[in-house]
Amino acid sequence: MPDTIDLDVPAHEHAARLRAGDYTARTLAEATLERVRAQEPSLHAYITLTDELALAQAAAADERLRAGEGGPLTGIPIGVKDLLSTKGVRTTAASKMLEQFTPVLDCTVVQRIQEAGAVIIGKTNLDEFAMGSSTEHSAFGPTHNPWDLDRVPGGSSGGSAATVAARGVPLSLGTDTGGSIRQPAALCGILGLKPTYGRVSRFGVVAFASSLDQVGPFGLDAEDVARLLGVIAGHDPNDSTTAPVPVPDYTEHFGRGLGGLRVGVPQQFLGEGLDDGVRQAIEQAIGVLEANGAVVDRSVTLPSADAALPVYYLIAPSEASANLARYDGVKYGYSYTSGASVEEEMSLTRGGGFGPEVKRRIMLGTYALSAGYYDAYYLKAQKVRTLIRREFEAALSDHDVILSPTSPSTAFRLGEKLDDPYAMYLNDLYTIPANIAGNAAISIPAGFADGLPVGLHLAGRPFEESRLLGAAHAYAQLTDWHTRQPSLPAV
Amino acid sequence: MTTATRTDYEVVVGVEVHVQLKTRSKMFCACPRDYFDTEPNTHVCPVCLGMPGMLPVINEQAVAFTILAGLALGCEIPDYSKFDRKNYPYPDLMKGYQISQYDQPLCVGGALEIEVAGDHRTVNLERIHLEEDTARLLHRDDGAGGYSLLDVNRSGVPLMELVTKPDLRSGAETAAFLRKLRQILRYLDISDADMEKGSFRFDVNLSLRPRGEERLGTKVELKNMNSFRAAQRGIEFEVERQTAILEAGGTITQETRGFVDATGETASQRSKEEAHDYRYFPEPDLPPLQVSRETVEELRARLPELPDAKRERFERDYGLTHDEAIALTETRERADTFEAAVDASGDRKYARAAAHWFMGDVTRHLSDLGPEAELSDSKVTPAHVGDLARLVEDGTITGSTAKDVLDAAFETGEMPAAIVEARGLRQVKDEGAIDEAARKAIEANPKAVADYRSGKEAAIKFLVGQVMREMRGRADPAGATEALRRHLDGGA
Repeated sequence: MPDTIDLDVPAHEHAARLRAGDYTARTLAEATLERVRAQEPSLHAYITLTDELALAQAAAADERLRAGEGGPLTGIPIGVKDLLSTKGVRTTAASKMLEQFTPVLDCTVVQRIQEAGAVIIGKTNLDEFAMGSSTEHSAFGPTHNPWDLDRVPGGSSGGSAATVAARGVPLSLGTDTGGSIRQPAALCGILGLKPTYGRVSRFGVVAFASSLDQVGPFGLDAEDVARLLGVIAGHDPNDSTTAPVPVPDYTEHFGRGLGGLRVGVPQQFLGEGLDDGVRQAIEQAIGVLEANGAVVDRSVTLPSADAALPVYYLIAPSEASANLARYDGVKYGYSYTSGASVEEEMSLTRGGGFGPEVKRRIMLGTYALSAGYYDAYYLKAQKVRTLIRREFEAALSDHDVILSPTSPSTAFRLGEKLDDPYAMYLNDLYTIPANIAGNAAISIPAGFADGLPVGLHLAGRPFEESRLLGAAHAYAQLTDWHTRQPSLPAV
Repeated sequence: MTTATRTDYEVVVGVEVHVQLKTRSKMFCACPRDYFDTEPNTHVCPVCLGMPGMLPVINEQAVAFTILAGLALGCEIPDYSKFDRKNYPYPDLMKGYQISQYDQPLCVGGALEIEVAGDHRTVNLERIHLEEDTARLLHRDDGAGGYSLLDVNRSGVPLMELVTKPDLRSGAETAAFLRKLRQILRYLDISDADMEKGSFRFDVNLSLRPRGEERLGTKVELKNMNSFRAAQRGIEFEVERQTAILEAGGTITQETRGFVDATGETASQRSKEEAHDYRYFPEPDLPPLQVSRETVEELRARLPELPDAKRERFERDYGLTHDEAIALTETRERADTFEAAVDASGDRKYARAAAHWFMGDVTRHLSDLGPEAELSDSKVTPAHVGDLARLVEDGTITGSTAKDVLDAAFETGEMPAAIVEARGLRQVKDEGAIDEAARKAIEANPKAVADYRSGKEAAIKFLVGQVMREMRGRADPAGATEALRRHLDGGA
């Protein structure tokens, strides 16, 4: 049976076939697990595969399907970033610190996809505590890019992006603090959306930077991303930073085309530091938009957006330095217990449990918050953050979307930037401003450069995810980039 | 040779008080707040255990309680307040930071007026803010080396911190301030404010300076005081210790000292103030608190009558003395009981009598029931006391009978009027009966009669007592005195 299932299709096609009874959720889950397991030696997209959970969820989905119930996610296999708490399934944050940590509850997002009938295939790989842009900073080893196994998939949600790009699972969840969904989506040639800050609950999501983190979907097309977002979005009484804004049908803009779409293209995002191949692909995409009725304005500016990167590297590490303080070996997780004093044990636990990038950011944040430096660093960063937010508001008052590349380059080689943190940080140059401003943003497949995928980045007004998905959907009617598929070596 | 002039030093004291609020649930999660006498680690959840990814949700009741305290103490309640993270590593701190309030507390300023030995003083407040309590570390030593156990039930209990300005000038004033503060918190019914249970804890900051000097001296922080008396003793010990050092030409070390109850002395805990850098920053998991004026006014309307106002009203409306009014407004329950008794008596003219009985025999009876017994723990109700006050005041029974009636009421729960009727205890004003008893008393006590006649006026009281005894306490004492004098003086 599993041989007859076409696993290369988007989730909404699976959903239709499941409803039609062409195959069951169980056979789909089995086929998916088989393919994922076969791909793992090349990709290493997962930290934990959850066969047992998946088959149980598939059985439950089949019951709902037989009863004619269920929605777009019922019976659909999904990968979940290993930063999202799953009850009874270890949640490591790709850290030695949490290697053996099993949450006692599901995060709100996982609870919602389970209620919707999704089938969790496994917990995907990431940079430790979501700190990184290549998934190389995982205590469990790096994930490989399915387009070129010598290259990184991007990060931090690299496992979630790679497994969808490789058609292991049709859907996955990531988190995005500075580009951790959009940049790997771009580098792997799929769609990835960072919702507006406050759109999706963070409850139960291992915190990196609380004022920036958002959970979001990866998918092969706009419809899949819209459906998954529709399930996970919404106010959560357990997360006071979620907004009580109604959740629309995120496909509401589909079919409207690109006519009249006001696209702002800040020239600063097409300047220095951008690879030529990426620039060409983006210019070509802009051409397609323009030729199909979009109004492109290259005069828009976001003067303070250039400061977004330094602002981010003050605010995110500051929050992280506090968020990660709980990992002290006293309550759970990795614990060094042979010290002479509790202080020494806490210190050795943290020294041994955290990887170098995490330590770097904790130190950076601790420094930025220290007495005497707070005003010059953290407070100033918050002020610039307000400026950036206002500039986005102004730019989006007469534009529907702000367009840029998602990443300045295509997927780079494993190890290439590992010893150069600053070069690594520059990967998120175009994605960070949307986190700083809190806006919704999406990365869409928009061509290739030297055989590697290029992502087009659209940032929109807060809570206007529908508009971004509408534009992505319209663009996909005109191009076939989103259907391109990497060919993994035979396994 | 120099002339040594003894410098007169003034002690400058400020206090920080931590008060656990009597909310239903904890500060940021749904766990029950009350952890007293609970099995360790039973009132816990992933949020107050600091599990990865857990988020706080503000307890609105705790915010309301803190604003109530602020309003009762005359604080300003700003429109905008926020929570901050206070970062410090310690095993009792589940998240590695405490959610507290740094630069924008819920309540700003305010003051509390205290009375010490008849003098009134105003103690200004710096602020009141809201935070969460930590877990409890229980240190053990089984002989093979010490270890610590962690009880997380206390983690996340709402904690209100009140900080005064350095306005206190003695141990007695500090104790008076703390007593008054606790009384108000209990009036507001926002905290048990029980030092033994740890729901009312305080630290003292103090320094000495030559009287007249503006500049503050070196600050010493004083901890481990578990009673108001300990606060007073601790401060007084420090004043003596520091005065001796200063007079010997020494300097005071800035440090934290612990009060040792057994010796009444203080001992250095941390000789050098550790360079604490709490790296406060706004709590990103919580939106700022917008406190609307409507909310503030709604809370203000909920404020009960506070001790000072109640005391003044008792003095004014019931004609009580200052001391009586203070005693009867000590707790809200006591004041309510007193007023219920006055109501039950039928007329405010019985109020002082009711006060007299409450402060005397009723209190004695209650102390027999237990150290913290209230009237509600006995068979006697406010109506009993009101009834008794009326019976005594309108002359139905004598004071001496009243004591017996109260005893009976505590025993049986019967109303005093019913007891008086059932036992025939009405005061006897029958002159014939009294006269007869007076005659017998004179006959039976020649020595007292002789004493009286030799000018010892006090002897008459003894003889009145004898008349009362003869008449089982029911005699009108004035009538008895009159009858005795008639016989003694008339027969001279």
